[in-house]
Amino acid sequence: MSRLDLIPAFSVDRVFIEPWRDHADTFFWIALMGFFVTTACGLVGTFLVWRRMALVGDAISHSILPGIVIAFFLAQTRATTPLFIGALVAAGLTVWCIEAIHHHSRIKPDAALGIVFSSFFAVGIILLTLFADSVDLDADCVLFGEIGFLPLEDPVVLGGLFLGPLPLVRMGAVLVGILLLLALVYRPLVLASFDPGLARILGFGPRGINFGLMAVLAITVVSAFESVGAILVVAMLIFPPATGSLLSDRMPVILAGNALVAAVSALGGLHLAIWLEASIAACMVCVAGAVFGLAWLLSPRRGLLRRRPPLSIPFSDPTATPTETTRPS
Amino acid sequence: MTTRPPANEPPPLEIHDLTVSYDRRPVLYGVDLEIPRGQLVGIIGPNGAGKSTLIKAVMGILPVSGGWVRIFGRPAARELRRVGYMPQRESVDWDFPVSVLDVVLMGRYGRLGWLRRPSRADRDAARSALDRVRMLPYAERQIGNLSGGQQQRVFLARALAQESDLYFMDEPFAGVDAVTEAAIIEILHELRSAGKTLLVVHHDLPTARKYFDMLVLLNMRVIAVGPTEQVFTYPLLQKTYGGRLTILSEVADAVGTSS
Repeated sequence: MSRLDLIPAFSVDRVFIEPWRDHADTFFWIALMGFFVTTACGLVGTFLVWRRMALVGDAISHSILPGIVIAFFLAQTRATTPLFIGALVAAGLTVWCIEAIHHHSRIKPDAALGIVFSSFFAVGIILLTLFADSVDLDADCVLFGEIGFLPLEDPVVLGGLFLGPLPLVRMGAVLVGILLLLALVYRPLVLASFDPGLARILGFGPRGINFGLMAVLAITVVSAFESVGAILVVAMLIFPPATGSLLSDRMPVILAGNALVAAVSALGGLHLAIWLEASIAACMVCVAGAVFGLAWLLSPRRGLLRRRPPLSIPFSDPTATPTETTRPS
Repeated sequence: MTTRPPANEPPPLEIHDLTVSYDRRPVLYGVDLEIPRGQLVGIIGPNGAGKSTLIKAVMGILPVSGGWVRIFGRPAARELRRVGYMPQRESVDWDFPVSVLDVVLMGRYGRLGWLRRPSRADRDAARSALDRVRMLPYAERQIGNLSGGQQQRVFLARALAQESDLYFMDEPFAGVDAVTEAAIIEILHELRSAGKTLLVVHHDLPTARKYFDMLVLLNMRVIAVGPTEQVFTYPLLQKTYGGRLTILSEVADAVGTSS
């Protein structure tokens, strides 16, 4: 077997036409799920990235494992509700432990985070082994997830209207919930992220906002979990907002840009996976990574290849009108 | 000049026996202060004296381990919305994707609450605050594209947009050019003349004497508080700064040149 045989041959027909001709239904739902997951994660991730908390998503996605295993064990069912509750409890406990260690010792937050999530994850793995006989939960599935194995046979019908398969409807609901929350408390959230001191004075308790953000993060991660798994969900939290932040200086544009990155990586990743016969979730993450790389190289204002001398700003004459505007219109 | 307060009005700021600790090590203890209305007050002391800690503790940003604070006669926590705050420039991330106008509008959020959107009046207030610090032409810029002095002006505009009666400012003159320093002090004097009360953390002794009506000399505890001409004296400054030679010669110069 030659080395070239490792990569399946590329054919436009097999990669781009056949899937939509013969399995349009399945692939539509998979692409849509990828889009939902990436957009939802990107919206939450935007605030994590700008609050320098990007790895908290990593921590939570790992530390919910014991919560899920215990919930499975106690409820003895694959139903989603107990799983959700177990994961949320574990996520809340994680955030609380990180804060407690950080505030009551000289350990800094990043080390506290590492201590907490790896311990939780280790406990989860032990529990998974202990309950292996009574829990129908696959470690690979938890770690890597697979969007291609989504159960699509469970339709949600509301008032006679077919909405879609259950996982899709659930993820869509999470996305809509995040959008609604953002529309409601966007301003206090930005204020608390930018200047927690002022937020506190003005009556927007930054700790409460932080806790709310963690709760939304936990719900998002748990919902994204079965599609992309514990490890790749981190990429979905960070890549889209990181890409947007290279391309724009406006928070609303960065937030909207998440949807664009999500659409490109969901569709691109799906076709890449069909070509390579590889994990769809991993391919979606690779495409998102490639999009970030392109933005990094080519961003019109801060791209590596477009680096211009910094803006010269009149220092002594603050009343002068700004002469150069390099913001892309 | 200074408008007369009603005789029975409680003082803007009253601090009693305030103690603050980091990691069980006290950094401020037994601070007693009463600041009358319409005063521009400088908080002076050496590095590590707890100047920033004092205003952060008063505003509840840092936890206090003892004592109490009243703002306009009521517990501080309930009146914080009446406080305008200008933090140190380094306390925020200037890469953050917000424009100059966005930042100044944040000064209005206290009166908007969680759900209301800024009205036209709020935007006008923000724009006129920007105009007052001569930063209106920069309203749409991302905040990272500004010089240090311009960033400080944006923070001042945000405090102005709060339209408060009591202001706390943490080193507003740190790292700004002479033009900006003059512009800022002019606005502070205008605010004081309009009956506002301002507490300003300041570390430059020679200018402290010129700028402020009242001084609080602080070094972990209050060494002295009173009208500038009464407390800006060699013995009190020596007591505040300990025996540090370089600073003491600076003090001697400052006291000497003006008497």
